[in-house]
Amino acid sequence: MKFLHKILEKQRPLFEKGGKFERFFYLFEAGETFLFTPPTTTAPKGVQIRDAIDLKRLMMTVVIAMLPCLLFGMWNVGHQHALAFGKEMSFMDKFLFGAWYVVPMIIVSYASGGLVEVIFAIIRKHPINEGYLVTGLLVPLICPVTIPLWQIALANIFAVVLAKEVFGGTGMNVLNIAMTARAFLYFAYPSQISGDVWTANENGEVIALGTQGLVDGYSGATALSIASSAGTQGKPVLEAFAATWSEGLFSFWNLFWGAIPGCVGETSTLMALVGALILVGTGVASGRIIVGVFAGAYVMGWIFNLLSSNTFAQIPPHYHLVMGGLAFGAVFMATDPVSASHTNVGKWIYGFLIGVLTVIIRVVNPAYPEGIMLAVLLMNVFAPLIDHYVIEANKKRRERRLVRREAI
Amino acid sequence: MSDVIRLKKGFDINLVGKAEKRLIDNIHPDTVALVPDDFVGMGRPKVVVQEGDLVKAGTPIFFDKSMEEVMFTSPVSGEVVEIKRGEKRKLLEVKILADKQIDYLEFERYTVSQLASLTKEEIMPELLRSGVWTNIIQRPYGIIANPQDTPKAIFISTFDSSPLAPDYDFIFKGQEQFFQAGIDVLKKIVPHNCNIYLGINAKAEVSKIFGGTKNVILKKFEGKHPVGNVGVQIHHVSPINKGEIVWTLNPYGVIQIGKLFLNGEYDASKIIALVGSEVSSPQYYKTFIGANIEKYVKGNIKNDHVRFISGNVLTGHKIASNGHLGFYDHQITVIPEGDRPRFVLSDGWLAPTDRLSFHRAFGLLSFLNPNKERVLDTSTNGEERAFVVTGTYEKVLPMDILPMHLIKAILANDYDAMEALGIYEVIEEDFALCEFVDVAKQDLQAIIRKGINMIRES
Repeated sequence: MKFLHKILEKQRPLFEKGGKFERFFYLFEAGETFLFTPPTTTAPKGVQIRDAIDLKRLMMTVVIAMLPCLLFGMWNVGHQHALAFGKEMSFMDKFLFGAWYVVPMIIVSYASGGLVEVIFAIIRKHPINEGYLVTGLLVPLICPVTIPLWQIALANIFAVVLAKEVFGGTGMNVLNIAMTARAFLYFAYPSQISGDVWTANENGEVIALGTQGLVDGYSGATALSIASSAGTQGKPVLEAFAATWSEGLFSFWNLFWGAIPGCVGETSTLMALVGALILVGTGVASGRIIVGVFAGAYVMGWIFNLLSSNTFAQIPPHYHLVMGGLAFGAVFMATDPVSASHTNVGKWIYGFLIGVLTVIIRVVNPAYPEGIMLAVLLMNVFAPLIDHYVIEANKKRRERRLVRREAI
Repeated sequence: MSDVIRLKKGFDINLVGKAEKRLIDNIHPDTVALVPDDFVGMGRPKVVVQEGDLVKAGTPIFFDKSMEEVMFTSPVSGEVVEIKRGEKRKLLEVKILADKQIDYLEFERYTVSQLASLTKEEIMPELLRSGVWTNIIQRPYGIIANPQDTPKAIFISTFDSSPLAPDYDFIFKGQEQFFQAGIDVLKKIVPHNCNIYLGINAKAEVSKIFGGTKNVILKKFEGKHPVGNVGVQIHHVSPINKGEIVWTLNPYGVIQIGKLFLNGEYDASKIIALVGSEVSSPQYYKTFIGANIEKYVKGNIKNDHVRFISGNVLTGHKIASNGHLGFYDHQITVIPEGDRPRFVLSDGWLAPTDRLSFHRAFGLLSFLNPNKERVLDTSTNGEERAFVVTGTYEKVLPMDILPMHLIKAILANDYDAMEALGIYEVIEEDFALCEFVDVAKQDLQAIIRKGINMIRES
């Protein structure tokens, strides 16, 4: 592969200062460093050796951890379609049906996010950041399969510009970028991302009511929306789950397994946990945050049981852990190291509060059946505050030491 | 007192090329050099010799205009052959052609019993003019101690836990009496309540040289690198608060002080380890402070595309194959240069690799075999990025310090935060492992020094 590097290096003067394509230097560099780890060596002073890790490899690990959710999601798109129309489809048929609609979402997401990234790299003269490898895949996974592709593009552009680039790029952002993209869609185009939009018809569009061939009693509602409306009607939630159009669809274990309507990648708690295993096992994501979110959601669910304000509040707390996007959000969104708490103690608190807030939003606020998105964004904003107190505690310990010494 | 302080955090870097316990003592360096840059925080040095002057071991070469009483003296006898200056006449180095037979400047000699009756007033001038004072480093800042200051404690780490570090029991063998004399001298120049602490490696057997030292408090430490760093040991025994001063010495410095008083000589001979994967037979050599390394490495290096490092791979600095040993260094490490591009799929960021990593991210397999000795080159293994990952520095810094926030306080020029977050307790070497494991490939040691300088100058 040396010859390829030589060819690339030959082009370098074109992109360097004074070269014809000077403006595109960072694009050139991104391309080259994508193909080749650069031959840079350590400085004469400072460490003489460096760890084998780099940001690219780290981001790749996150992408790999998302694959179980992605692959399962593709299958589930097909599976939900088959359920709705009572079709017999093989495993492969379901998977290919899903892939046919999900792959374009990913391509559009990467293309739009990447484009903004490149434009900013050229204008702002900074290297292209690997962060978008992750964001680009996260966004399709937290959208319904039926979403118009242009909305994905728009959401990506909005989020990359306003949540990331205006702050200076990867590492400087305050909010989680993928969650910002989703929040944008949620408030700008609510009709395409809420309601019964989760299951696709043959053309990958939302199933219109009264479509021919639908199974009797079909409803595209998610577990959360059923639970939420059961809550307002005063019906026990578990009964509402049991009375659904497809038998066992909202049983606890099916919710855990994830063969339910929902966003492409978020339905399966099991696959999110596989991702968590990869992320925590490789040390890439903080297990503190993930455990914190689950613990917070469980505890809050349990407190609601005690308060018992409506029937949704009475749902056994462990249901909260498998419904909606909680698991996916806990594993892939809350753990974003940049927007999360930076201190180890802070990570526990941050995760726990995300779990608590998610359940509060779900149960108390009828307008937003899904709470994890808002909970993560809200806690993103509060993460520096949590860190502030952890840091102050560290400073205080040092101060007390001084006072103690002076007292002697 | 025999309690062991166990540190859980840290990371041992096992490299190929550990020195065999074999001493070569018949190689004599051609030149030695005194390099002002070896003395961190040095102001403007004033040279007191001229080219062509003949000097003895212990003859003053230069001093720092901001601390005029501390002399930097010649490690050997011979002729001053070059006073090299750079831009704005900045002194780069003073080179001395070394005699084969070292001629020592004579200092007062004492017997052990005479030592006991010496006073601080008698001792200080000897320490300052002979050149041994340069061994006393003060915290905060990690600079040569100010003779006017009174420390609250003295710390001496008796082992080096850094990669391929020399075995102190080997390089200081037979120096017990000088070590003890050095301790006794130090005891005389500090107040009664100022203890001298020896950091002892709990994993090794009790050291013959250090284990029996009197007038000191032994503190046993166990853990991974940087457990041998004196800063880490201070933090766990008597952390430095604002306004306090702690002095630190390498055992070598204590022995040098002992020799000054017992033998009446400034003895700058030292035993160093020549180590690293590119050394044919890694072993120990007897040499001098600042020695030209050419004769030592010649014929003992496997190939020519290598980097010579004075010191260890974490805190050392690059020198030429005919460069000079750093003033405070006890080892020369030779590792391959890593300046070749690596294709993404064969050995780049998408390929599994056995290259050493503290992390376990995708494809990083070195954690499966942590005790394997590895060959590491100088590649940065990636490009510099903004801080993205959190929580890794904490895993390799065994102190109650928030490394990321201290670094950010420095970058933000926030003096109050730096102070409150513990800038007084650290120097570069404490952050060396953080720099090694850093995903963002930032120069953390340089940032720490920048912060220290800001606080010093404020």
